[in-house]
Amino acid sequence: MQEFLQQVVGGIAIGGIFASLALALVLIYNAMGLVNFAQGEMAMLATFVAYTLINRGISYWIAFPVTLVVAFAGGIVIQRIVIRPVERAPILTLVIITLGLATLVNGLAGFLFGYVPRSFPSPFSAQSADVAGVFVSYRDLGVIAMSGLVLLAVYLLLQRTTVGLTMRAAAHHPEASRLLGVHVSWMLALGWGLASAVGAVSGIMVAPILLLEPNMMQSIIIYAFAAAVLGGIESPLGAVIGGFVVGVTVNLAGAYIPHVGGDLQLAVGLAIIVAVLILKPNGLFGRAAVRRV
Amino acid sequence: MTRLRTAPPRYWLVAVVVLFFVGFPTVISSFLASEWTQALALAIAIMGLNILVGYSGQLSLGHGAFVALGAYTSAILAHHYKMDYLVTIPIAGILTGVVGFLFGIPALRLSALYLALATFALAVVTPSLIKRPAITGGVQGISITQPDPPQFAKDTFATITGTSMTSDQWIYYITLFCALVLFWLAWNLVRHRPGRAMRAIRDGEVAAAASGVNVAGYKTLAFGISTFYAGIAGSLFGLGTGFVSPDTFPVALSIQLLVGAVVGGLASIPGPLLGAIFAYFLPIESNQWVPSQAWIPDQIASTVKNAGPAVSYGIVLILIMIFAPNGIVGLIYSGYVALNRRLRGAGDRETGQVPSDAQTV
Repeated sequence: MQEFLQQVVGGIAIGGIFASLALALVLIYNAMGLVNFAQGEMAMLATFVAYTLINRGISYWIAFPVTLVVAFAGGIVIQRIVIRPVERAPILTLVIITLGLATLVNGLAGFLFGYVPRSFPSPFSAQSADVAGVFVSYRDLGVIAMSGLVLLAVYLLLQRTTVGLTMRAAAHHPEASRLLGVHVSWMLALGWGLASAVGAVSGIMVAPILLLEPNMMQSIIIYAFAAAVLGGIESPLGAVIGGFVVGVTVNLAGAYIPHVGGDLQLAVGLAIIVAVLILKPNGLFGRAAVRRV
Repeated sequence: MTRLRTAPPRYWLVAVVVLFFVGFPTVISSFLASEWTQALALAIAIMGLNILVGYSGQLSLGHGAFVALGAYTSAILAHHYKMDYLVTIPIAGILTGVVGFLFGIPALRLSALYLALATFALAVVTPSLIKRPAITGGVQGISITQPDPPQFAKDTFATITGTSMTSDQWIYYITLFCALVLFWLAWNLVRHRPGRAMRAIRDGEVAAAASGVNVAGYKTLAFGISTFYAGIAGSLFGLGTGFVSPDTFPVALSIQLLVGAVVGGLASIPGPLLGAIFAYFLPIESNQWVPSQAWIPDQIASTVKNAGPAVSYGIVLILIMIFAPNGIVGLIYSGYVALNRRLRGAGDRETGQVPSDAQTV
């Protein structure tokens, strides 16, 4: 039982990381009906920015917000340059472009920083606290707290501010918003910036665990896909809950199902995606898609 | 003879290209022939992807997984069951095609986006899935004995070139034969009923269904045919390289296939061939060219080797999709049309009328 709880706690911590990246995916999905295949790679590049800053001797707690700002700006720049020319293109075109973006960013990071894995600092101590017989490391607690904060911040931004309201309006009713004087295209860019910053948090959180290298996010993005699909891809809350569920499931599967461990845990992510898409395509919190004939 | 004389120009072009590919290995080294074997196998896989993406409008980002399945089917049959490798090629194609057909059934329920997502996840997981079962040889993979050319091929080759045929050259001709047959099949497929049905589904599923097209049937059929091509290509890849291992089939392979399909031109028959040549030789040539340039610092040259393909693939994918969605074939075609218009009468441009003797190409 104790070991079981231990695995659950570990799963929740890693789930917070999946949740952040899944939330980033949902933000862009809501803005333009697109899954951004480059989300993980953008987060990885942002993590390299943080790494460079910290390596220059800047404190972690300054480098962290600076990185988020850089990621935010980067997201906007990418939307303006790469996505805007094809905003109205068919989904096939958009998906291929984001995949091209993923490949490009991955190669760019390899070009600039090389492929040698680097250790990334964690601001939290590696020691553990004993909570009713279950050892919870401060690192895990820190990751959970940080993810929680980010999710709360995004929620407040979208639900309680005028900018958030405008962004949601532009996403759901672009025509009506345009008539009311909203710059819809710029709202999409803001959405990309926000998603990029949220994704960057997941990159910075996961780097101390996985070691930083250009392919770091390749597995995380699969879990984030699974989390977003499980949550119903258009529901931010669903993505967050999906992230925690996927984190715990993957951890438990690795511990208790024979032969599932290490890289085969990724197959659990694939299995979740396939199972949800076949059994309940709208996920836990999504609305049924209505097709216009 | 009249048929020959009245044949449209593009048939002559096809004949020239085929003759070129047949004669090519007699003048190049055996090593270069083995590189072209890989490029041709890639062209077959890209043709499969093109049927799925270009003609039926379903996006698969995980075709590398089906290529892997074909390659391992052949390798296992040849290595563990001692079958003749050439016999395993069609078996690999059919098995992969059946698996792809079955995969296409749940895929019917998915929107384009979800399908892309699920197939991408499949591509990422493939190498770890291959490593586990004992029959695949794990991380080590399986080595494949490359066949010696048969006597008739040796004799013919020796008469023409005066040198003896290597097994690399023989494998090139096997691959070329498969590629010709499969391109010919694809050409017939897209011009006839199934091709028309697939395009109708791609351009408007509801309209197609209303016109009596069996949407579910043709979508799964497209998946089956497409993966059949991928399976054959995989089998030929294995034959060409002489071994299969999990790392032969990374996500990058799926992306390379997509790059080839997009660059060559979706929904075209020559597109996959041009795309394959581009996608296969771009990293190889740039890896040779960059270090040979004195003005590029060594440090940059060494990172280009690793990161170069990804960077250039990414840039090419984005630029092509934004500026030339129909790829190289689309560019050539619009260039040809513009040239034709200029040659046949500039005056017509003002009225926008096509000259009465205009040929449709």
